[in-house]
Amino acid sequence: MLFLTPPELDALRLSLEIALRSVAFSLPLAVLVAYLLVRSRFPGTLVLDALVHLPLVLPPVAVGYLLLVCLDSQSALGRWLLAHFGVELPFTTAGATLATAVMTFPLMVRAIRLALESVDRGLEAAARTLGAGPVDRFVSITLPLMLPGILAGLLTAFSAGLGQFGAVITFASNVPGVTRTLPLALYTAIQEPGGESVALRLALLSIALGILGLVLAELLARRLYRLLGR
Amino acid sequence: MLRVSVMKQREAFKLSAHLEAPTPGVVALFGRSGCGKTTLVNIISGLLRPDEGRVELDGELLTDTRQRVAVPVERRRIGYVFQDARLFPHLGVLANLRYGERRASRQTHTIGLEEVLALLGLEPLLKRRTHQLSGGERQRVALGRALLSQPRLLLLDEPLAALDAARREEVLPYLETLRDRLSIPMVFVSHQLEEILRLATHVALMEAGEIVASGTLGAISLRPEFRAIVGPEGVGAVLDGRVTHVDAERGMADIELGGGTLHVSVIGVRPGAAMRIQLLARDIILATEPPRGLSVRNALQGIITELSDDIGQAVLVKVDIGAGAAVLARVTRSARDALGLRIGMSVWVLVKAVSARGHTFPAGRAPRRDPGG
Repeated sequence: MLFLTPPELDALRLSLEIALRSVAFSLPLAVLVAYLLVRSRFPGTLVLDALVHLPLVLPPVAVGYLLLVCLDSQSALGRWLLAHFGVELPFTTAGATLATAVMTFPLMVRAIRLALESVDRGLEAAARTLGAGPVDRFVSITLPLMLPGILAGLLTAFSAGLGQFGAVITFASNVPGVTRTLPLALYTAIQEPGGESVALRLALLSIALGILGLVLAELLARRLYRLLGR
Repeated sequence: MLRVSVMKQREAFKLSAHLEAPTPGVVALFGRSGCGKTTLVNIISGLLRPDEGRVELDGELLTDTRQRVAVPVERRRIGYVFQDARLFPHLGVLANLRYGERRASRQTHTIGLEEVLALLGLEPLLKRRTHQLSGGERQRVALGRALLSQPRLLLLDEPLAALDAARREEVLPYLETLRDRLSIPMVFVSHQLEEILRLATHVALMEAGEIVASGTLGAISLRPEFRAIVGPEGVGAVLDGRVTHVDAERGMADIELGGGTLHVSVIGVRPGAAMRIQLLARDIILATEPPRGLSVRNALQGIITELSDDIGQAVLVKVDIGAGAAVLARVTRSARDALGLRIGMSVWVLVKAVSARGHTFPAGRAPRRDPGG
């Protein structure tokens, strides 16, 4: 990290922190949503499915704008959050995290959903005959069998989370040290005269992080599947 | 006692089964593939709900659609060994075995890990992962896992169907051991006569979603529905008898059954042991006089009680050999006419010592004799 300047290090640290927090928060929700989409038969599944996948097809700026409309300090929800929890989202790290979480949520749900679909229901039935109730079954059988998919989803979402731009800059703005992540720093460098070398370094750094994440995801998945004997 | 009376409609298939089976004992559900055996077993386990009907085990109501009783699968204490074993791939052999044991309540503990390991020969497999096991080993682990969940009934859905003959022999003897050493009642689904012969104390014949006959194997083996399932080559009476004398040197044993004694070639039996013999109809010769100068070792006297048409031009003759036992013999029509075979006639049943297929049943747990055979 010798060749990175303090503001660049800040951006790297922020990117990692925001991506990490966003996946940590969305994981339980993603498991729940995936479970509803695969296992429940309520009529709203189609709508839920569309809603979850919306960030994949909307322009990221639109997602950021919608978040701003719903959650800024003038909105009812925003005021309520501020009054009861002291949470202010726009222009904060928390806001950047939320925007990142919303953007990467579909990726995570997709991976977890695939994992859940591939779980053999027969094994759950066997667990039932051995005395395991619904929650017990989910924790002791379903979840471990989904683990490779969950980890793959986590890593993909994390890697994608490092590079969120449109939604983050629209909702949380571009505040150095607070919301200026790697892609935002890169964008800022491009805007400034003579910032090409900074931009290049940041771009290379993004590539390295991205590759690292994807390779790790693949290795982990392979290892886990081998453990499961597949 | 296991009492089942259920109805289940599926698109093109209707299950409508009534079954009463003594416990303990091994009840075999015997029928062709697709006749509804698995559906019935799933209903007993609770994995499937019947449209109508009730399931009762040793006086406890498990399912009753009218009274809206449906005890959840996980609280039934009914072990289930699936055709495909269904071992948990993320757990090792030991953890698989322990899965049900850890979830069983302490009061119900009747069999421990040590005993199961010994009964099923599982000790050498403990450190393996499940995908490193052969088909037969997998089924043995699945059996052990089910036993350790302390079940009061064990369901076995064709546990040997996915195995080749050699692998089957890796599991069958263990099933026999379980039947003889433990008092856990079992419902065993199969379409293999061999398995039924070796394991069942009670048989329920299934055809097109219905139980068409049920009783001891001896009684069932004489029924036309049984002939239809086993096919012409498998037709033959099954008799339960007792070893009275063993000639180890010649590999022969005398088995008392019906009103007579049969000399058969078997090895490894002891006097007093219960023995099950299948006499295939095609292997039996009928004579109207006491035979002389033949190599045939057995001549049992009996009375013809039934004559029925068999495949092709053959006739199936049922001969009562005393004490409620009967055998089936296949003869040609011309033989029937030449000998003048008719109901009520006294005949000699000739059986070659080598053609009787025997299976031992340990003393004390022998299948009951059929009064009405």
